[in-house]
Amino acid sequence: MTHLSAELVEKCKKVVELYPSKRSALIPLCHIAQGQNGWLTPEAIEDVASLVGVSPAEVRGTASFYDMFHLEPVGKHVIAMCTNIACMLAGAYELLEHAQEKLGVSPGGTTTDKEFTLEESECLAGCDKAPCIQVNHRFFGPMDNASFDTLLADLKSGKLADVVPPHGVLIRIDREHKRKVNYEAIDAERVEIDAAIKERKLKLEAANNATVGKDS
Amino acid sequence: MALTTFEKIVSKRLKLENSYTLEQYLATGGYDGLKKALQMNPEDVSAEVMDASLLGRGGAGFPAGRKWSMLKPSPVRYLVVNGDESEPATFKDHELVERDPHQIIEGTLIASYALGARQAFIFCRGEFALGLERLEAALNEAYAYGAVGSDIFNSGFSIDLVIHPGAGAYICGEETALLESLEGKRGYPRIKPPYFPAVIGLYGMPTVVNNMETVSNLPWIVLNGGKAFASLGEGSSAGSRLFALSGHVNRPGWYEIEMAKTTFRDLIENPELGGGVRNGRKLKAFIPGGVSAPWFGPDEMDLPLSQDAVAQKGSMLGSGSVVVMDETTCPVRAAWRISKFFSRESCGQCTPCREGSGWIERIMHRIEMGLGREEDIELVLDACDNIAPGLTWPPKQTTICVLGPSIPSSIHSAITMFRDDFLTHIKEGGCSYDGKIN
Amino acid sequence: MTEKLTNEETVTFTLNGEEKTAVKGELIIEACEKNGEFIPRFCYHPRMKPVGMCRMCLVEVSSPRGPSLQPSCYVEIQNGMEVNTQSDPVKKAQDGVLEYLLLNHPLDCPVCDKGGECPLQDQTLSYGPGESRFIEEKRHFLKPLKISSLVELDRERCIQCGRCIRFAKEISGEAEIDFAGRGEDTEVAIFPGKEFDSYFSLNTVQICPVGALTAVPYRFKSRPWDLEQIESTCQFCAVQCKLSVQSSQNEILRTLGIDSDAVNQSWLCDRGRFGFEAIYSSNRVNSPKIKKDGEFIDVSWPEAVEEVARALSVAKIANGPDSIGFIGGARLNNEGAYAFSKLAKGVIGTDNVDAQLSDGIDPNLIFGLRRATINDLDQAEIVVTLCGDLREELPVLFLRLRTLVANEALLLAEFSIGETPLSQYAAFRRSLVPGKVQNLLEELKDSFLSSFGRDDFEQKDGGIVFVVGNPGIGIDGLEIEHSIRALAKSFPNAKFLPALRRGNIFGALDMGLSPGLLPGRVTLKSHGSFFGDKWVCVPEKVGKNTKEMLQSVIDGTMDTLILLGSDPISDFPDKNLVLKAFEKAKNIICVESIMNESTKYAQVILPASMDHERAGTVTNLEGRVTHAGDKVTASGASFDDWVIASLISAELGDDLGFNSREDIGSEICSFAPAYRSTEKYFISGNDFGDGVVVPIAQVPVSIRARKSDPIEVPGLSSIERQGSPIRSGNSLPSSVAKVGSESQISFDNSMFDLNSTVSYKLLEEKRESSFYLVLEKSLYDNGTLLRESKSFENSARESYFKLNPVLLAELGVNEGDMITVSKESVKVKGRVVADSLVSVAVVVASWNQNSADSRELISLDNVNIVEVER
Ligand SMILES: Cc1cc2nc3c(=O)[nH]c(=O)nc-3n(C[C@H](O)[C@H](O)[C@H](O)COP(=O)(O)O)c2cc1C
Ligand code: SF4
Ligand code: FES
Repeated sequence: MTHLSAELVEKCKKVVELYPSKRSALIPLCHIAQGQNGWLTPEAIEDVASLVGVSPAEVRGTASFYDMFHLEPVGKHVIAMCTNIACMLAGAYELLEHAQEKLGVSPGGTTTDKEFTLEESECLAGCDKAPCIQVNHRFFGPMDNASFDTLLADLKSGKLADVVPPHGVLIRIDREHKRKVNYEAIDAERVEIDAAIKERKLKLEAANNATVGKDS
Repeated sequence: MALTTFEKIVSKRLKLENSYTLEQYLATGGYDGLKKALQMNPEDVSAEVMDASLLGRGGAGFPAGRKWSMLKPSPVRYLVVNGDESEPATFKDHELVERDPHQIIEGTLIASYALGARQAFIFCRGEFALGLERLEAALNEAYAYGAVGSDIFNSGFSIDLVIHPGAGAYICGEETALLESLEGKRGYPRIKPPYFPAVIGLYGMPTVVNNMETVSNLPWIVLNGGKAFASLGEGSSAGSRLFALSGHVNRPGWYEIEMAKTTFRDLIENPELGGGVRNGRKLKAFIPGGVSAPWFGPDEMDLPLSQDAVAQKGSMLGSGSVVVMDETTCPVRAAWRISKFFSRESCGQCTPCREGSGWIERIMHRIEMGLGREEDIELVLDACDNIAPGLTWPPKQTTICVLGPSIPSSIHSAITMFRDDFLTHIKEGGCSYDGKIN
Repeated sequence: MTEKLTNEETVTFTLNGEEKTAVKGELIIEACEKNGEFIPRFCYHPRMKPVGMCRMCLVEVSSPRGPSLQPSCYVEIQNGMEVNTQSDPVKKAQDGVLEYLLLNHPLDCPVCDKGGECPLQDQTLSYGPGESRFIEEKRHFLKPLKISSLVELDRERCIQCGRCIRFAKEISGEAEIDFAGRGEDTEVAIFPGKEFDSYFSLNTVQICPVGALTAVPYRFKSRPWDLEQIESTCQFCAVQCKLSVQSSQNEILRTLGIDSDAVNQSWLCDRGRFGFEAIYSSNRVNSPKIKKDGEFIDVSWPEAVEEVARALSVAKIANGPDSIGFIGGARLNNEGAYAFSKLAKGVIGTDNVDAQLSDGIDPNLIFGLRRATINDLDQAEIVVTLCGDLREELPVLFLRLRTLVANEALLLAEFSIGETPLSQYAAFRRSLVPGKVQNLLEELKDSFLSSFGRDDFEQKDGGIVFVVGNPGIGIDGLEIEHSIRALAKSFPNAKFLPALRRGNIFGALDMGLSPGLLPGRVTLKSHGSFFGDKWVCVPEKVGKNTKEMLQSVIDGTMDTLILLGSDPISDFPDKNLVLKAFEKAKNIICVESIMNESTKYAQVILPASMDHERAGTVTNLEGRVTHAGDKVTASGASFDDWVIASLISAELGDDLGFNSREDIGSEICSFAPAYRSTEKYFISGNDFGDGVVVPIAQVPVSIRARKSDPIEVPGLSSIERQGSPIRSGNSLPSSVAKVGSESQISFDNSMFDLNSTVSYKLLEEKRESSFYLVLEKSLYDNGTLLRESKSFENSARESYFKLNPVLLAELGVNEGDMITVSKESVKVKGRVVADSLVSVAVVVASWNQNSADSRELISLDNVNIVEVER
């Protein structure tokens, strides 16, 4: 039920083509997959696994290395509050405490209405606007208790829907251009082309040509 | 020293309206550098960069020209631009990617041309959602404009560019972890030797990894010549650089300043720059180059922002981020928070870093909470010593990458500079500075 | 390997100030170990790529910028390198790593399976600090996590060395386990709901340096210091992995793989590792039995043997020796096989003896081929497989080959019925169709070798190895043999690895348990008179194979069958033929260890000891003769096979002349040409390491020191520290082997003429709507030994049919649906599995799995053409 939609699968396939090796698309594909449900559902992980040709355990293992991927459901808005050095010096922990009270959850928790998930994060590279926070990876800062409250209200009311899409939606612009360079043609011209690469290509072709024809 | 004035190199568009669009970019000389480069021999482009004495802006400060010259010959080479910027208190690449993505693309293309790269990747920190959108839009524009793809500007040179979003792991800024991540794996740094990217990089092929700001300098260098760049700054610290200033200053932000000609005092106090310590308070300490760097005290305020000068005093310019801590800062708390960062960000491969970072964080937390014991100070230092033997600078290491030996920097600094604060915490169960931690 | 060893360049380096030599390209950790300096380590494993993660193995290495700490498991030794493993910085770093590892490691050694053989425990005792300086809470996990049906994971104990994960990725190629999380929170994890479902899962337990991974069958069973062990050989399949058999109080509790460079390189399949459990089956035959009034009653040995001798004498007198037949023998060791060979051929005088159940390859062909060793795969540039799925049939051979092809060390051409785990790596592959196999040679040359620019391989010496076996039942064996002969003729310098799977089938064939053969790879024709002089008699004419014997019983020309540890009802392709024959046979005598389908038809059952209960030698697919020992005493009144043969022979009035298995050994070495000079292997002791490949003169023996790293083979060295001797040693170089005193004849494979043409029936063409049926074997099925092992009693799957997805679409069925496959009136149901590499002309059926039995559809006399319905 939470497999990737056909549309997203198509999008994923295009991304896979951009890379010299399928597996390289693993992280971009996880981002795309996370855009669908706000988190990486097991079914979506299985889809990504088959698209990039590794086992689901490896996709999950890889995704779990990265903070941005959620393997459990999260709220519509994930609020990441930086408490690292610059923000801390500007009162980030006090702000975090306020946020916890306001939302009634501690870091890692999701409000019962599934609207907000609160996270304590490492430096978000917004230190000139400390204390800075991100909502679904969109920046806000410098924050104080009052501006935080206003932000919550605006997010809830949908006023910021344009700026802050639901969690998981990362890059709203699709790449318009396929790989343009014909590497095969370039390779053909190269005299000193690595024999190994050529051989590997032949190998793959041969493997694809296994006879399974009706006439056999 | 006085503040020098010069034509800004990487930041000239950052404050313009719609600076991230192709229209604005072209209106301000965009892609002229690439066009000029394509008229030159690739070797000549490299020679200009060598002349420029452009130091890498990612943290290690290795000269870009030299790095390029070390790239192993091979029919397949790659260029990867490192925009994973996650070093705490560093936010210059963030600004560049949101405000001037075309400049990054142009720089990447120039470097690709000079290096004969087969394909180039811009690895951009995943949390920069807006930046990623602007970069992707800019790339679409650049393709349409003919600046990327096959036969760029009818020069016969072809290259494809991929924008690769990161997914939130500090360690992926380390260049070999970044390559692993780009290959779709867990971001585990590779062991050097033998995995120097210039020899065995992306997909095992020779690869150059350069920081986003580093490549952003290239259009200017090609247009104005390496010598012009090197005429700014002094010695090996040539040109100008974006410094990210944060913490207890009146005007936190990024400032492009001439290297070596400016001092930390200028950066922090000059009214056009930091504008002085917040609320007129006294400076207690500052971090000169990201949280991996050992701290400096008021005595080092007059050091120039020069790689060598800072190194001589036992720290580094690192990622070009300066954090100011005023007299109300609790050094125990600051050092604890930094240790917490490393503990959360250790990739977990090496035992000393994986286990050590967590243990150190716990000891620091204990001390900060007022539950420390006097022997904890030596204990934490010894735990640090097992990651970075001798606690020297530059550090020795028992680990694969230098994240491990970065852990002790702030702790060692804080204990050395402010041992009394630690003792107070231990004896009195807390400190008199602002704030609590939870 | 041998060539490699002699060509190795050496470098000199200093180790703690002393000058030493090492082989160029070796890692520092290996170079130091060979020079007597053991560097502590956790993540390094000699059979996997180093990762340098645990940092336990740091040593000081000189560099232009002074000495620096480097992971010795990762850095190669260089000429002139100064290595210091004892300096203060090294000691401090090692202490530091140990302290860190123990921070979160629970101190539950007293209840941990690994306690007593744990490198972490050992290294803590020898290097570690006395007291912990860590005063906070340790990491906690819900425990334990089941990562497969046989393996459990205690995450608290895990030290994140990644060995298990690397094994899954690198060696077995099933990346179903991976690290999850980051930093301190890193844990070993499976994908929820997807187990590490592998034939090799228990290797992860053996290589886990702490007690994080435990084997379910062994959990909490014993302490290492209570275990005794011997070095032995696994006899489940013809790879014959080296293992250490460990027991306590006369009960086997576990086995561990031994790092034999030549064979299994420390790995075992799960079946080989815990298959010994069948010894403890409740259906064990513990006493001789005679059927009276339809019921088996226990009798004494003399009574049973008398009954057998009576039956044999009657049959021989009434209808001649040819009315008696012996089926089976692959379960016997060489001594048992020789004794029965001598009984049948040299005492009774029948040549109706067959250790293969009509699913193998003619030994006359095998003996004529230039035999490869497993290590020849390492040297090969091209490997061609024409056999079944190696993972199912010869699991550890699969591991060896998979690692090579996955690392692109060689090019693989695969000829198989359907997809195998090697298909994805194959540079070239073709799906086999019954009746069309003969095109294989042309395909190989024209489509593969020439397109890869490798035409020179036909004449080239070495470089190409063919792995040949029966790709599936339903393809005429003669057709396969025809193709193998063609390959051998066309590639005169190629080597062949025969892929028969039954345990000691090669030993059985070498001992003459096959029609027309005599011990030592000679024929009745060529050496009948030689053996005639030594034995009481030899058969007059070439006898029948299993299928012909069964047919003769039905025809009435044979009436007495002796089943040597074989269960044709479950194990012969044409079950109906067996049933008909068994119903008709006058006498069926079983030499057996566990009651099975076929024993029901016996008049007499003679209890035989099982693997690990009897000592002797065995021979693997390379022709490698190794020792397989007796760790525990035989169950009940069981005897070794050679004793049983001797008893029967004596009762028949002719003493076989054997008082001990050593007597048989001497006779084999004296009479059996291919076994010339192997005396030492048969006579005494266990310390022959990797054994020797026969015939000795033909193949040089690899001599590489066996690793004795306690982390690698946990049991061996730990037990060593408790006192009992470590038994791993080197292979014996051939020069050391004693030349048998009486050997007069030597082996010559040219007596087996590869040019003889075999004719086989051309297939009747199938109709458009019908299919050729082919049966494939799996490692896990309802075979007696598996079903009777506790850990595998439920391992058989539901019966299935594999079809090409194109057909599925045409039939309108989906994967997982039930279909009916029929031949005339016989209908068999099974689940559909899609396999895009199965030809559209073929339906593949499972063998001996649960519910439906596809063997109903096979008859060896006919071409097996079937229809498929939804
Ligand atoms: C733990 C760690 C984190 C790093 N993070 C970054 C980063 O976020 N961005 C960056 O450009 N370089 C980072 N680096 C430095 C890179 O490894 C590499 O030196 C740099 O990208 C090279 O580019 P440059 O020569 O242009 O500076 C990091 C290094 C380490 C050890
Ligand atoms: S030092 Fe730390 S971050 Fe670097 S590789 Fe080792 S564990 Fe990972
Ligand atoms: S780092 Fe060398 S053994 Fe683990």
